[in-house]
Amino acid sequence: MSSLKYIEIQNVAQTFKTKKGLFPALRDINLTVAKGEFVALIGHSGCGKSTLLNLIAGLTTPTEGALLCANREIAGPGPERAVVFQNHSLLPWLTCFENVYLGVERVFGAASKSTGAPSENKAQLTERTNAALALVGLTAAAQKRPGEISGGMKQRVGIARALAMEPKVLLMDEPFGALDALTRAKLQDELLEIVAKTHATVVMVTHDVDEAVLLSDKIVMMTNGPAATIGEVLAVDLPRPRNRVALADDPAYLGYRKAVIDFLYTRQAHVEKAA
Amino acid sequence: MKASEPTPSVRAEPVDAAVSPSTSSGRTGSYDPRALLLAVLPPVMGLGLLIGIWAIVSISTASSIPSPLETWKEAVALFSDPFYRKGPNDQGVGWNVLMSLERVAVGFGLAAAVGIPAGFAIGRFAFLGRMFNPLISLLRPVSPLAWLPIGLLVFKGANPAAIWTIFICSIWPMVINTAVGVQRVPQDYMNVARVLNLSEWKIVTKILFPAVLPYMLTGVRLAVGTAWLVIVAAEMLTGGVGIGFWVWDEWNNLNVKHIIIAIFVIGIVGLILEYALVKVATAFTFEEVKS
Repeated sequence: MSSLKYIEIQNVAQTFKTKKGLFPALRDINLTVAKGEFVALIGHSGCGKSTLLNLIAGLTTPTEGALLCANREIAGPGPERAVVFQNHSLLPWLTCFENVYLGVERVFGAASKSTGAPSENKAQLTERTNAALALVGLTAAAQKRPGEISGGMKQRVGIARALAMEPKVLLMDEPFGALDALTRAKLQDELLEIVAKTHATVVMVTHDVDEAVLLSDKIVMMTNGPAATIGEVLAVDLPRPRNRVALADDPAYLGYRKAVIDFLYTRQAHVEKAA
Repeated sequence: MKASEPTPSVRAEPVDAAVSPSTSSGRTGSYDPRALLLAVLPPVMGLGLLIGIWAIVSISTASSIPSPLETWKEAVALFSDPFYRKGPNDQGVGWNVLMSLERVAVGFGLAAAVGIPAGFAIGRFAFLGRMFNPLISLLRPVSPLAWLPIGLLVFKGANPAAIWTIFICSIWPMVINTAVGVQRVPQDYMNVARVLNLSEWKIVTKILFPAVLPYMLTGVRLAVGTAWLVIVAAEMLTGGVGIGFWVWDEWNNLNVKHIIIAIFVIGIVGLILEYALVKVATAFTFEEVKS
């Protein structure tokens, strides 16, 4: 399996300095993600799922341990690890097109040092942007501002922005968490198609059991914080393409679902403070 | 602040808010007379109250304060020829207002040219913030008029001293609001910039500047409001041509009608400035990402 290691997380711990002293968020995280693999990080809120994703993104640096991507240490954020943010994070003063173009321009508008690819001209950049918007079915909304489109559409623009940069890794932080169930299902199906088409490596944070089982090859289940760590890793061996309707009463699917629910609600039952 | 409307021009205008569906009785007219009355009546009553009190004061002081009607007649006469010139101390009210506005524009413009970049720098770099915040805290509460003698001493002229006073009073709101705006740029936007690996130039033009613009415009609005307050007092002290000087001159002439007219003129000009800047600010306010 060593040849398949693409992202490697070695003995990572993350401690935050707060006003009340040190807060250990993560400890002893060891994980590898293969190229083209779809990994879901699942756990109760506050278990450090997003912290781990931010570490992979390079937005924060770990207190201990190391993260590698393609055998190079992750030293900071970069366009080869695109992030789809939980709250879409589109710039409200730019149109959908301009939001996507911003990333495209940065990645392809200058000659690449690593691959030696020449810089592309404006027409090529525009074409890439339009292709990304078409991929998520938003060609018609290209000239609209984020304030004029629905939450689901905004999230799709966020995905288009990430995909347009042709990242090696797609990092998604609860991308569909803020959406209604129907829109979420539709976007999950779209994501399945896009991932099948692009063979992207994906790490996705979620708190939705069905989403995790439906989309991933591997579900990483995290224990409760503080000082959360990986409790269990479940390989989801369901054939692709996956169909949510057909899977709904598939015994294998239900078995995986049960395993995750069992972990989350029996072994890691969240101790809620009396509210 | 009002709720932001990203593109007011694109959206269809809502049906007149005064019309409530429950009270419209199926007539062809789109205005409900009762709702219209309720919308117009309170401001009219407020204005009526002001004029009523004014009339009572006028009567009880045996017309040493002129009555509303007399003042109105005088105002009509005054505004029939606002741009006459009979020597340096006797010019039309239009010239006085324009001269005051010019001083405000120059002083405010200089303050914006210095204050907005300074605000960006103070907001962006914590070191500069810690360096300048004590100075700002110390100097901001000082009445701008206290700076007038310094202005007279340094610039050796009434006009530049008045402009200097406007400069000093309008720079603080712009520095402070711009700095706060820079500090409050949502972390999400900065994360986007980091993930997309944007250049510093792109960060400033595509993220910082648009995100700070609403705060900056609030600073501009406060600055213009303060400047318009201060110019009247400054001109009373410096003389020359200007609405503040005009008030003082008419006080020396014991022409109370003109003083009252000047009060209304100052109020209306201030109102127009405020309204225009609020309009500009709403046009540049965008829906923000809520985290």
